[in-house]
Amino acid sequence: MQDTMKRFFDGDVWWSFKHNPLVIAAAITALICVIGSAFAPWLSPHNPFDLKTINLLDAFTPPAWITTGKSQFVFGTDDQGRDVLSTIMHGSRITLLVGICAVLLSMVIGITLGLISGYIGGKLDAFIMRVADIQLSFPAILIALLIDGVARVAVGKEYHDQIAVYVLIFAIAASGWVQYARTVRGSTLVERNKEYVQAARVIGRSPLAIMFSHVLPNVTGPVLVLATLHVGTAILTEATLSFLGVGVPPTQPSLGTLIRIGNDFLFSGEWWITVFPGIALVVLVLSINLLGDWLRDALNPKLR
Amino acid sequence: MLAFIIQRLLQSILVMIAVGFIAFSLFNFVGDPVSLMLPPEATAADRDEVRKSLGLDEPFYVQFAKFVGNALQGNFGISLRLGRPVSQLLIERLPATLELSMIAASLALLIGIPMGVYTALKRDSWLSKLILTISLVGVSLPSFLIGIFLILIFAVWLGWLPSFGRGDTVKLGFWTTGFLTLSGVKALILPSITLGLFQMTLILRLVRSEMLEVLRTDYIKFARARGLTNNAVHFGHALKNTLVPVITIAGLQLGGIIAFAIITETVFQWPGMGLLFIQAVQFADIPVMAAYLCLIGFIFVLINLIVDMLYYAVDPRLRAERSGGGH
Amino acid sequence: MTTPLLQVKNLRIEFPSRRGTLVAVDDISFEIAPGEVLGVVGESGAGKSLTGAAVIGLLEPPGRIASGEILLNGRRIDNLPFEEMRKVRGREIGAIFQDPLTSLNPLYTVGRQITETIETHLNVSKAEARERAIKLLMETGIPAAEKRIDHYPHQFSGGMRQRVVISLALAAQPKLIIADEPTTALDVSIQAQIITLLKKLCREHGTSIMLVTHDMGVIAETADRVAVMYAGRIAEIGPVSEVIHNPQHPYTIGLMGAIPSVGDEVERLTQIDGAMPRLTAIPPGCAFNPRCTRVKDVPNGRCTSERPGLLPAGKTQAACWLHDKKTVVVAGMSKETSHV
Repeated sequence: MQDTMKRFFDGDVWWSFKHNPLVIAAAITALICVIGSAFAPWLSPHNPFDLKTINLLDAFTPPAWITTGKSQFVFGTDDQGRDVLSTIMHGSRITLLVGICAVLLSMVIGITLGLISGYIGGKLDAFIMRVADIQLSFPAILIALLIDGVARVAVGKEYHDQIAVYVLIFAIAASGWVQYARTVRGSTLVERNKEYVQAARVIGRSPLAIMFSHVLPNVTGPVLVLATLHVGTAILTEATLSFLGVGVPPTQPSLGTLIRIGNDFLFSGEWWITVFPGIALVVLVLSINLLGDWLRDALNPKLR
Repeated sequence: MLAFIIQRLLQSILVMIAVGFIAFSLFNFVGDPVSLMLPPEATAADRDEVRKSLGLDEPFYVQFAKFVGNALQGNFGISLRLGRPVSQLLIERLPATLELSMIAASLALLIGIPMGVYTALKRDSWLSKLILTISLVGVSLPSFLIGIFLILIFAVWLGWLPSFGRGDTVKLGFWTTGFLTLSGVKALILPSITLGLFQMTLILRLVRSEMLEVLRTDYIKFARARGLTNNAVHFGHALKNTLVPVITIAGLQLGGIIAFAIITETVFQWPGMGLLFIQAVQFADIPVMAAYLCLIGFIFVLINLIVDMLYYAVDPRLRAERSGGGH
Repeated sequence: MTTPLLQVKNLRIEFPSRRGTLVAVDDISFEIAPGEVLGVVGESGAGKSLTGAAVIGLLEPPGRIASGEILLNGRRIDNLPFEEMRKVRGREIGAIFQDPLTSLNPLYTVGRQITETIETHLNVSKAEARERAIKLLMETGIPAAEKRIDHYPHQFSGGMRQRVVISLALAAQPKLIIADEPTTALDVSIQAQIITLLKKLCREHGTSIMLVTHDMGVIAETADRVAVMYAGRIAEIGPVSEVIHNPQHPYTIGLMGAIPSVGDEVERLTQIDGAMPRLTAIPPGCAFNPRCTRVKDVPNGRCTSERPGLLPAGKTQAACWLHDKKTVVVAGMSKETSHV
């Protein structure tokens, strides 16, 4: 382990990171966002969900730097008197939770299907790849919408709220597995035909175990890049779905929900309710995208 | 050539059947089909009659066949939410979505492709770096946020453009168009920018990365070694080779515009199919959902087919596969 | 003595990289006479392709010519502005690359690619360009040229494609062709045909060739002179038959000994221990010294401290201190003659 760490810090990837101030800034930003949201219950200046601490009289307070603002509400308050900064922190928590879980689930589904498809080959492979092709021609949003919509109907509106988050995670995961499956399948096909796999079969070692120990290391790089960028898109997808009203339930607002709520007040002049969650969302996704872009270039042997 | 078309047509039909099947399952299994077909005041006797007439006691494949038959005639039942035939609703809303999508798609292509080419050819210019940065931000912005910011700036603060609706439209046959009135055109501006921006950044990055790949190939190197001018190399050779794969991907992306319209239409309250669909999802209005699904499926399949044929027409390698190559 | 067609003087090609500046080609000099075939042979990474790229002005950044001169017919071409150099490419210097499949644009007909080249450099009408293109294809041995001129690259087989590539390279009638591994990607049976074709055409048109390859067999068949490159330097250069049968540099000796040949009765092929050093780790003095068996025969450890230039050695030139006239090697012991 120490050896790997040493090799990593000696290598090109770390060098490229150190010499790229934009990427460092992005990484730090992303880190701040993640820590800020993960520890939101302890770090946020107010608790937006504790009804006892919310005062309707505080509602519609503008950001602190405007004359009518109050200093304890840095970004102002919303229509119910909740501190916007705190709602953003808590909202980011949900957003990141859904995003990261969806990507992890997507990876598991995609990598498994890719391994199976590549290893077993034949009709199963053809079938899985066909499904993948067809799914690819439909935008992810649509697929996620459909799954969510179906769940909504199947389960009934009241119960749906409780499991909405899980459905959402599954919907986003289901709309994004294809890219992992294809990458892993490609690698699997290459490795499968190599002699050491056949040799291992002769010895009696489970070929699946070999595939795991040999294929997976080969795909870690590309998969990592895909996953990083996917977190960005997953977050955007979740935000969009929540904005459309078919994402997380209102009791657990994510950044998308916050933006939707704030949207209603744009015309009456209380722009901060929607703008700050919007900026938070953009900053989060932008820093992730920068990281992902850099990672892709850093890991690309052709560009070294 | 013929064999190719037939093969693709068959595939398309298969996909449509799959889509139809999903829509059918939605219809029948996720919710009570009888209540879907009847207005809420229907009595129990009505229901039984409908049940029999719908043949819900009949085997599965018969029901599916009837569904397909109905679908092909455009009969998708009655909207739960609005109480009107779904097909009517869709036809009413179709022009709005299509006009919006067409403008957005044109924007995406007309700006995205040239910018992509420019940033590939002039990699180190400050303009390229600026465009790339903006494109990175563009990819990180969800379209609804773009719409909101645009509304904030141009409708709320500046008051130049409307923030919702289509403006005045003119009816031409069954089509209603917003192109012929000033308010109609004004109303189109913000939504089409919102819808097209995301696609434009995607196409820009796609064209750029594809062109950079092409510029690294041996045949470009060889073209330079033969002393061809920069124009010949960049626009005669590199551009043509870049656009060929870009066609496929761009075509599919543009199909996505019709689906992404859902978001834009929600932000701008644009009376199109997308808004109809999202309202259907919120309300669990199954007939509309199923119909929208079939329609979208059909549009995608159609786009896929056109893109495949375009690819075939443009890439000589695919054509020769059929006629049997040289020796 | 006729002026040489190409003169390369002290060429040095560098790559700035994050690990410092890498020297890929270190101070090499050679000449090519009109109508001559110079083979440039060496292992992968020895710098042969880079040299070819530098001559035709297609060195890819961040690689750059750090110093030295390249002269074509006495005129410097290494420091020409882009547009001037562009006119030289194709018209005065042509190139052929390794893989004929990827060298041709798959979306254009073969004829279009040839006529485009002709029209770029020569002031002829479209019809005449097409005539010339057909003639070129016929010359390179493509049957039914009038029909095949309108075919696409994928409609030709590998060997035919390389013939098309050769037509393309000769289209604007250059005086020098840089051929970078022209036969490596082809079947052995086709290789011979292409080699013969290349020789014949160049003889007929009076074109010189700089033939870059790692295949000594091709060199033996085709070249008049050969330069052996090692770690970015020229180890030995001379007439082909001399270098092959009478090599003077220990590296060349090892190379020739390592090549099996039909008819010779050799018990073991020579093997040179070790490997060519990477660009980041070139030893001081002679680059070959860690692997050389004759280091001890040179007094004062010169091999490890001083880099030898090309010294006359028999009928060739070798960059080896063994051939320094001031050193006399006496059966295992060495003394400097000036001390005697």
